[in-house]
Amino acid sequence: MTILAFLIPITLGMGAVGLCVFFWSLRSNQYDDLSGDAERILFDEDRPLPAASARLSNTTKETAP
Amino acid sequence: MTGCQVSENIQKTSSDEDYQSSSTAWRKAEARSTVRILSDGRGQCVLSVPDLRCGGCVATIERTLSTRTDVVSARVNLTLKQVVVTFVNADADPTSVISALGLLGYPATSADQDQSHENDTDNVGRGLLRAIAVAGFGAMNIMILSVAVWSGAAGETRDTFHLISALIAIPVVAYAGQPFFQSAFQALRVRRLNMDVPIAVAVVLALALSLAETMRGGEQAFFDAAVTLLFFLLSGRYLDHLMRERARSAVSGLARLSPRGAMLRQPDGVLTYVPLSAIAPGAIIAIGPDERVPVDVSVISGSTDLDRSLVTGEAIPVPAGFGDTLEAGTLNLTGAVEAEVLRSADESFLAQMMRMQSEAETGRGTYVRIADRAARLYAPVVHLLALATFVGWVLATGDWHTSAFVAISVLIITCPCALGLAVPVAHVVASGRLMRMGILMKDGSALERLAEIDRVVFDKTGTLTMGTAAVGLGPNDPALRAAAKALALKSFHPAARAIAISIAELPCQLDDATEVPGFGVAGCVGGRAVRLGRADWVADISMQAKDRASPVFAFADGPAMAFDLLETLRPGAFDAVKSFAAAGIPVAMLSGDIEARANRIANQLDIADVRSGETPADKIAALNALRDDGYRALMVGDGLNDAAALAAAHVSMAPSSASDAGRTAADFIFLRDGLEAVPAAWRMARATARIVRQNFGLAIAYNCIAIPLAMAGLVTPLIAALAMSASSILVIGNALRLNPPEKPRETQALRHKRSEVLA
Repeated sequence: MTILAFLIPITLGMGAVGLCVFFWSLRSNQYDDLSGDAERILFDEDRPLPAASARLSNTTKETAP
Repeated sequence: MTGCQVSENIQKTSSDEDYQSSSTAWRKAEARSTVRILSDGRGQCVLSVPDLRCGGCVATIERTLSTRTDVVSARVNLTLKQVVVTFVNADADPTSVISALGLLGYPATSADQDQSHENDTDNVGRGLLRAIAVAGFGAMNIMILSVAVWSGAAGETRDTFHLISALIAIPVVAYAGQPFFQSAFQALRVRRLNMDVPIAVAVVLALALSLAETMRGGEQAFFDAAVTLLFFLLSGRYLDHLMRERARSAVSGLARLSPRGAMLRQPDGVLTYVPLSAIAPGAIIAIGPDERVPVDVSVISGSTDLDRSLVTGEAIPVPAGFGDTLEAGTLNLTGAVEAEVLRSADESFLAQMMRMQSEAETGRGTYVRIADRAARLYAPVVHLLALATFVGWVLATGDWHTSAFVAISVLIITCPCALGLAVPVAHVVASGRLMRMGILMKDGSALERLAEIDRVVFDKTGTLTMGTAAVGLGPNDPALRAAAKALALKSFHPAARAIAISIAELPCQLDDATEVPGFGVAGCVGGRAVRLGRADWVADISMQAKDRASPVFAFADGPAMAFDLLETLRPGAFDAVKSFAAAGIPVAMLSGDIEARANRIANQLDIADVRSGETPADKIAALNALRDDGYRALMVGDGLNDAAALAAAHVSMAPSSASDAGRTAADFIFLRDGLEAVPAAWRMARATARIVRQNFGLAIAYNCIAIPLAMAGLVTPLIAALAMSASSILVIGNALRLNPPEKPRETQALRHKRSEVLA
């Protein structure tokens, strides 16, 4: 029965990690547009993340004549 | 044909052009006022794009907008049908982005960003989601341990498992139970009972009893029941919240009709855009064609035609000129005017209507929802039963501890889980179906109220009717008709458009066409002067036009042709009125329009109870009288003048073309043109009420079985867990019956088709 002393904390720990990940995804606005995200997965082009693309497009705009 | 369309540009005087540019300046400034300045100095605005449908739209819009030099990023939200555009500069111009979207085939408007929704995140919804996640986590882990106990774990193992369960359950209940504790506390503070009171009592008692049992090494603990209960109830509550939030965002996505500011004539003669709050009485503002009047004003120069249908209910546009008073909310149709401000925005017609509306709302009193009515009966009964159980067991056995355990188990098993889900789940399913039918529902209580109506009151203009049609009277001369059509095509006045549509002939060659706002259109056909417009103005060139019903067409000194303007019924109006009459619900009409026009529509639709010339106060009085007589009336209206009446009615509906105030006041908004949405929503409400009653029946049947068992002391935690989950699932399954059975077949066929295409 000593195995329970390991297994129960591991179970709880895994659940808690999952809960933390859910909280993080909620805070980073990943639940704001569920139907949009379902469609976005089918987009062909591979683009950098919005923040990166903003920075990227900014620098290209600044260097452009 | 081509000859006439060459002169597409109506001749304009120089002052017209001045106004034209002021009008575009106003439009730009109006759009710019929606841009929010971000902390990094960038501008951001939210555009509402109702035609967003699929991932393809998302990709097209984002790709197109992000290639623009003035846009930093564009992010589409498909759920809310909105685009968040971030501009390089804070003073960016959203109109160019809006027109770019228009070119792509997506008409867009700036979304109404309320100051209260500054960060536009749905905090309540997120709080509920977090609580669901915590309750789910707790329920799963406690259930793992409980299954072990039910399968026979005994002695120290069982006590340890109970202890771990307790350690999980206490923080979980403390966190996830908050929505219920708060709501129950608020209800008790004002000495009322709602469904959350028995829920909170049961959850807390289940936790306390289980803790006591754990401490003394007892066999039975209800930790799993307490936490699973919270998980189920929170899910129902979140769905309910999601439904209201979705309706709210859909309503705010409708194009705003009342202006946020106006073009103010400064002392130095320059026109500048100022927000409504900065407009004081005595100031001079310019109002261009196709703009809404922002505050109550009096015209000082220029003449025009006004569409007052939203303000007073008059269907036919009226001319206005020097000295005429325009109420806020009136639509300026043809000419540009300058006007002196009579009252500030807080005292204008619009604000007065808002005040009447909020007064009417308070007069209506609070409607007690069916779930709360059930709770008022239910809570005392189960609490008394628990007390009786306790007394009975003490008398019979003399064992205080066992008696308390049995009494508390009665409270746990009667916790209204199924009752708590009975209403919200049915409403969520119904609101989803209504939304697919193009009907937005603001909250669940509206659906309950709609199911009980026994009177229907319609407004006329804009609700039963939509637009105008013209019928030509007088000599049936093709040359006359062709010339009249050519003139009518030159104006955007609704009457002119109706006349142009009513004439089948091709328009003839027309020269020197000029629109005189407030009077009509003039021109030359084959060297002869022609006019189309107000009878007394047309009579200047032809005596035959004198004393005719407006509008009239005439050649100089020649024959005249009058047009009768009729309102066209909204599609489905006839069926809507008939289906209510067939169900034995009397239909009445309250119109602000003149008697003749009101009676004509009423005769067409077979409505016997007609009142015309009603002021907003008359309409409220009529609805209050109905309520005082014990009737529950559904009011369907659209105008500013209806807003207060909509709030005074038992339940109300408005078309999406309604005034902003009307849309705010109405409980339901139908987005499609057809009036058949009104009986359809009513039928849906009745079907939902039936399902809700069945759900209550199921919940009561469950209690009839569970309570005797609990009172006999036969309930173990395993039985409690099974019975409570089973009753909740039964109620949810019953509510899903509101979805039409064709639907799954449809999607299957669609999927089949898709797989064929892919193959």
